[in-house]
Amino acid sequence: MVTTATTLSPHQLLDQVMDPELPFLSIADLGILRGVETVGTRVRVTITPTYSGCPAMDAIRKDIESMLDSHGYQPEVVLNRAPAWTTDDLSPRARDLLQQHGFAPPQADHSVGCPRCADGPARVVSRFGSTACKALMVCGSCGEPFDLFKELR
Amino acid sequence: MNVLGFADDNLILAQRLSEWVAAAPDLELDIAVANMALDHLGVARALLTHFGDLEGKGRTEDDLAMFRSERELTNLLICEQPNGDFGQTIARQLLFDSYQVGLWEKLAGSPDEILAAVASKALLEARYHWQHSATWTERLGRGTEESNRRMQSGLVALARYVDEMFDEHQDLRRGFDERLTPVLDESRLVLPKDPSPRRGGRRGMHTEHLGHLLAEMQSLARAYPGVQW
Repeated sequence: MVTTATTLSPHQLLDQVMDPELPFLSIADLGILRGVETVGTRVRVTITPTYSGCPAMDAIRKDIESMLDSHGYQPEVVLNRAPAWTTDDLSPRARDLLQQHGFAPPQADHSVGCPRCADGPARVVSRFGSTACKALMVCGSCGEPFDLFKELR
Repeated sequence: MNVLGFADDNLILAQRLSEWVAAAPDLELDIAVANMALDHLGVARALLTHFGDLEGKGRTEDDLAMFRSERELTNLLICEQPNGDFGQTIARQLLFDSYQVGLWEKLAGSPDEILAAVASKALLEARYHWQHSATWTERLGRGTEESNRRMQSGLVALARYVDEMFDEHQDLRRGFDERLTPVLDESRLVLPKDPSPRRGGRRGMHTEHLGHLLAEMQSLARAYPGVQW
């Protein structure tokens, strides 16, 4: 069979698809990439939403399609809601990356430490932040505001 | 299971909540209300699509959201009630969240796999919304005389729409009371028993407020059918 696909596998390509709101996190690290089935150049990618109304899902779907399409694959993106995504689906690497980028990884509100001074405790300014997955906190020690990746489980 | 009714509840409440955007008491609340509206809209979209598939007449989520009239909408009356002041909005949210947490817990075990999947996702969101509503109830209830009075007036205004939530699900009433009562007690507030509960939303018999809401929500889609932007 003649294939026009490049030598990069769908998995390798999908590792380069990032969350549009947190562009340092791949969809695999975020835990929303649920499955990849490849038959020849046809690739069926299953993703799950973080939040029911997450407006990034459409952008993510398009990013997956264009990434695979531009490397000679024929993608099909399927949305699967069960089982529901929780923050337990974040990879350990995702938690490290969040910390490195100034976000507090998911944890119970009362124990949140400031990602900048690593001191605490922080208090909740708002349970809802700039995107569906974040809450707004302020450090009780250094006074810096920061985003907490909301715990959802 | 009444997939369309659950979809309509979330659609109409999303629209109501979004009316607060850029008008809430502070920026954080603007953002909070937009986030909650978005969660409800996401649930509504998934359930409208699912209903369209079950119905098998080829109606899409947009057809169902934008091209049904007042008598065809089947949301609970509490969802369409005007926002009132912030105290009344928090009262409505606390009542509805307390109901919806129990509803999603139940529907997460539904034999309808798609409904169960939507419910299990929505459950996590509803619990989070409930915490927000409970925190604000406590803040308003125990804040000043004025904030307590306003939140209490909100509960009085909405009490008549509470019983309707349980017409199809009597078994959810107990869990609702268990979630609600401690928060109200803590906050020095009471949900009065209304002597003449209103019902009819599920049959398309609405209060006068729904028509106005739909006029705004549907005007663009009806003026320019199929429009994209």
